[in-house]
Amino acid sequence: MKRLFPILSIITAILLAYALYQALVVAPTDALQGDVYRIIYYHVPSAWTAFLLFLINFIASVVYLIRRNQKADMIALVSAEVGVVFCTVVLVTGPLWARPVWGIWWAPGDIRLTSTLVLWLIYVSYLVLRRFSSGSQTQMLAAALAVFGALDVPLVYFSIWFFRTQHPQPVIGGGGSMDPRMLHVLLLSWLAWLCFGFLVCWSRYRLEVLHREVEEAHAMQSLAGGAPAKASLPLDRGSR
Amino acid sequence: MTDATPHGLPITVTDVIKQFGRFAALRGVTAEFDSGRFHAILGDNGAGKTTLLRALAGLAQPTRGKISIFGKTPKDACQEIGYMAHPSLLYDEMSGMENLRYFAGLYGIRGDARCVEVIRAVGLDPELTRPVGQYSQGMRQRMSLARAILHDPKILLLDEPFSNVDVHSAREMVRLLKSMRDAGKTIFLVTHQAFLLEGVADEFVWMEAGQIVSRTANIPANLADRRGGVQ
Amino acid sequence: MISLWAVMLATLKKDIRLEWRSKDALNAMLFFSLLVVVIFAFAFDPLAEESRQIVGGLIWVAFLFAAVVALNQTWARELRNQVLDAYRVSPAPANALFLAKALGNFIFVSVLEALMAPLFVVFYNLHVLGPAWQLIPIAILGTWALVVNGTFFAAMSLRTRSREIMLPLLLFPISIPAVLGMVAGTTAVLTGDNPAHFWIVLLLTYDVVFTTACLALFETVLHAE
Repeated sequence: MKRLFPILSIITAILLAYALYQALVVAPTDALQGDVYRIIYYHVPSAWTAFLLFLINFIASVVYLIRRNQKADMIALVSAEVGVVFCTVVLVTGPLWARPVWGIWWAPGDIRLTSTLVLWLIYVSYLVLRRFSSGSQTQMLAAALAVFGALDVPLVYFSIWFFRTQHPQPVIGGGGSMDPRMLHVLLLSWLAWLCFGFLVCWSRYRLEVLHREVEEAHAMQSLAGGAPAKASLPLDRGSR
Repeated sequence: MTDATPHGLPITVTDVIKQFGRFAALRGVTAEFDSGRFHAILGDNGAGKTTLLRALAGLAQPTRGKISIFGKTPKDACQEIGYMAHPSLLYDEMSGMENLRYFAGLYGIRGDARCVEVIRAVGLDPELTRPVGQYSQGMRQRMSLARAILHDPKILLLDEPFSNVDVHSAREMVRLLKSMRDAGKTIFLVTHQAFLLEGVADEFVWMEAGQIVSRTANIPANLADRRGGVQ
Repeated sequence: MISLWAVMLATLKKDIRLEWRSKDALNAMLFFSLLVVVIFAFAFDPLAEESRQIVGGLIWVAFLFAAVVALNQTWARELRNQVLDAYRVSPAPANALFLAKALGNFIFVSVLEALMAPLFVVFYNLHVLGPAWQLIPIAILGTWALVVNGTFFAAMSLRTRSREIMLPLLLFPISIPAVLGMVAGTTAVLTGDNPAHFWIVLLLTYDVVFTTACLALFETVLHAE
């Protein structure tokens, strides 16, 4: 398992470099937007990765609520953190893209960007809750919030969608079909960023495992009344 | 296995560990308590007495281990448990009677008769309209005890009920508790004032650093000198 | 068996009685609501044409602020003297407590809204150009949306640091679709430009979804240590 990480890192680095080359050099210039559109190869993969991570967070949170499984909680935490980072990228690149092309930084009626903003807010509040709550119930409260957030997402989407039909607004990012060559580069970029995201998640997961093992060691020490902690500690202590 | 107690299944605590993050409040407590007896729980601050009581009440979930009260988990046995702590668990803005009427509703008790009965039993006046927030500490603790016994629970869990209470009120409460034990109730009482329970409690349980260290029929010798006045 | 309905009613009556007794807090809240409206009237010039377009939003933002102040007090009385422990230890159903608190908040916030709304009408010379009766379901559903989640998150915040900032921090993101619904619906009715039906349905859906979620998870949150 430990060997896999450096190998994957190298593969990811190569993929990212190749994707960057494809995005900046090989992909054809857009007829309407010129070269500015190339930010899409960064913006859209980040969005898809963020959504995927938030979906993972939702599933992990539900599993935690049902089973109180520590691994599920760690996956939820990690996917939320990395998801927020990718989501931030989307929110930064969105306006950067919009300004030169459509002349505005932001359009409240733009479903995708606005939904992403709300998603970002929900998950930042999730992370703040995890940070600010004390006690053994942090994980349960956070999982409950994640469920609320997930229930909210379709409502956010539909409310903004309907708002837009009543108040027509400029749509950032354009719609319509895409040149197959561009689509090819887009999917390649997504693959590269997905690998990168996976690596970051994995690192963070390992860090969290270590962190919890340290906490366990301290707890065991306290339990034994000051005796030295045992060398190997089972992480998942089961239901009780 | 213990002999069958005259009052039914005992209260068993099996290898209970309770951790708050890095701190272990209970470090492997295993004990069996006969029902129908008065168990005084003593120990220095931080020994785990409050945590043990809260675990028995179902307010603290053990990190590991099990607690069985009359064969059920504390949550399932909630109708049979009466809990009292140092905070009064009462609304300061309501009178004693109003408080008890409300809490009676939580246990499905209708009518005022039972409320009046328990308020009289703790030596207070049911007609008193003064809000509980204006009571003396002694009165407040007695009213809190009234709330705890409202639903006639089989087991009483009392966490430092005599703290900052005048001796008269304290002795009133002890007298009431003794009569309740004589009527077959099981009582667990955490206190720093063991002398109040001399001759009343059936056993004295001494806790240290999250474990039960000794159980004796009389007050442990090192406490026998701490008498008189309120601690 | 302990009846959820009976406990809920008893708790609600108790809360209303206590709220009524401490009229100071009540009066302070009412005055606060008045102040909010006045500040808004200064900040968003009622005579300017643009103000009339956004007054739907102004009203609901004002209601939101008032609601948060009220929601932060939801469990204040229970925290003193650890009364919640008495509840946790009793056989009374947790959802009875939740519904009583949510309904209590609903009533209280509605009273504040009933005070603030006429002030908005006065300051902004509002005429309702669309079907005015639709404002009632919008107000009811919108207020419930804020209050049901607010009561739940107030309970979650009990176990966190910075409790009072935690509540709006958790509440606002989740409430965005509901706020959009309230604002767009109110504006639609005030200006008469668009039908408000979709917004009413959206608010209803929001309320059903989140009331269910709160009822499903409240017991776990109540017993959190």
